Amino acid sequence: MAENPKISPLGDRGILIEFDEEVSENLLQKLLFYKKIIQNSKAKLKLEVTNTYNSLLISYVFTIEDIYSEVSRLKQLVSGANITKFNNYKIFSIPVCYDPEFGLDLEHISREKNLSLEPIIELHTAPEYLIYFIGFLPGFLYLGGLDEKLKISRKNTPRKSVEKGAIGIGENQTGIYPKSSPGGWQIIGRSPVELFDKNKKIPSPFSAGDRIRFFSVSKEEFYEIEKQVGAGTYTLKVEDHEG
Amino acid sequence: MKAEIEVLQPGLFSSIQDLGRFGFQKYGAPQSGVMDRYAMRICNLLLGNPQEASVLEMTFQGPKLKFNSETRICITGADLSPQVNDEPVANFEQIHVKPGDILKFGRRKKGFRSYLGISGGFNTETTMGSQSWYEGITSDFRLKKGMKLAFSEEKFSETDTYSSIRIDSEYMANDEIEVYPGPEFELLPQTHCTRLFNSEFSIEDSSNRMAVQFKDSLQNELEPITTGPVLPGTVQLTPSGNLIILMRDCQTTGGYPRILQLSETGIQVLSQKMPGEKIKLKKINYQHNGAK
Repeated sequence: MAENPKISPLGDRGILIEFDEEVSENLLQKLLFYKKIIQNSKAKLKLEVTNTYNSLLISYVFTIEDIYSEVSRLKQLVSGANITKFNNYKIFSIPVCYDPEFGLDLEHISREKNLSLEPIIELHTAPEYLIYFIGFLPGFLYLGGLDEKLKISRKNTPRKSVEKGAIGIGENQTGIYPKSSPGGWQIIGRSPVELFDKNKKIPSPFSAGDRIRFFSVSKEEFYEIEKQVGAGTYTLKVEDHEG
Repeated sequence: MKAEIEVLQPGLFSSIQDLGRFGFQKYGAPQSGVMDRYAMRICNLLLGNPQEASVLEMTFQGPKLKFNSETRICITGADLSPQVNDEPVANFEQIHVKPGDILKFGRRKKGFRSYLGISGGFNTETTMGSQSWYEGITSDFRLKKGMKLAFSEEKFSETDTYSSIRIDSEYMANDEIEVYPGPEFELLPQTHCTRLFNSEFSIEDSSNRMAVQFKDSLQNELEPITTGPVLPGTVQLTPSGNLIILMRDCQTTGGYPRILQLSETGIQVLSQKMPGEKIKLKKINYQHNGAK
């Protein structure tokens, strides 16, 4: 049987831990649990642990002199650990304006899925989305939990520029563009909140394992919140949950 | 008066870099940092600086800079014909500069990226634990005319030249890039491996601090992967056959198969290669006790 998880070097400054399992919330909890154990272990080397759907990457500031002894240290840490408790998490409420002025592809989705605007908003605001990890762009959340009924393929030709805060759907994923960038997702709305603020000590309020919920706001409310965000007076609604 | 360098001409593309930004990958922030870590290390060693002191990374065509205060500098990496007050100066040596001195660069002779180190390092803004410039994270991301770069004032004293440091600049002439097998290497059919390690790849003009790409492609049937971690040095193979070597400013995750991973030496050598130059990939394996 193949080794699970598989722990192997990734260059001179990285070690990859890969789990041969289906992507799930359960696997994420496992990853976050191991991540914490590795972060809290007494490492001689300066390191950082990040997770994706099914992997942990341990990246080191300097070249690892003896990569195999570091790999076996990690193997021992991982094999000796039993999950005792799930992580505590936060639930954030994110305002979204689903006005067609922002939701550039709402009409397209409406036609493709044979749904009017109201049910699209209902389907998108109903779930509690799980943040698997942040990657791709600073502040970009990889979210799980999109309703199957909203699943739609990406645009054939990506847009040269998608606005900051745009909410999109691509296949079975939904997400928020943290800054203006080229993008191929179908755009359904826009959020006025800041996902990544380089001037803050902790630049993003979100962590892997947290959850978010979208709620629908009018255009007037969007501009009001945008103003508050700009003035630094807007606070995201957050609930704390025990794991 | 604050000790600073005034940018008279910016050159092609220069930026302040250090070892990079760590502890922020979990928010999706790239590592950044110098492309050629060896050149930075030697530069700081020669100046007696801490190894993490920031340097100015200058690509292909160097800037024209004016010093307002006395200090020591050192230039390593590519040879871009540096001159102080129109007099040629050597790479890999301490240079004593005085107020009003002008450092400029001429014709590129060797390599692609040159490094300017300064006694005590640059004193530019630190964002998220690093001085490395990156668009979207730091307020500046490339050198511009009229900019002022602050540096630490020091009581000037003649210091020993570190003559005992062995300097290797031969790597810049090397065209072999060391690679380890990557996480998806096993998925490549044997014929592809043969082509991968027996072909020359010609560097695309669009290559930059984010990624190096090639004019040549490798047709393949590899499936995309579940989005997973990537690092500087990760070699991705796209469905259309493009090889993408991720460099220091790369994103933190990706969905293309990661067929190879450059060694640090591989990244160092590739950093000194120009668009249009050809490279070969040389497979190496991980060894015990760091012996290479």
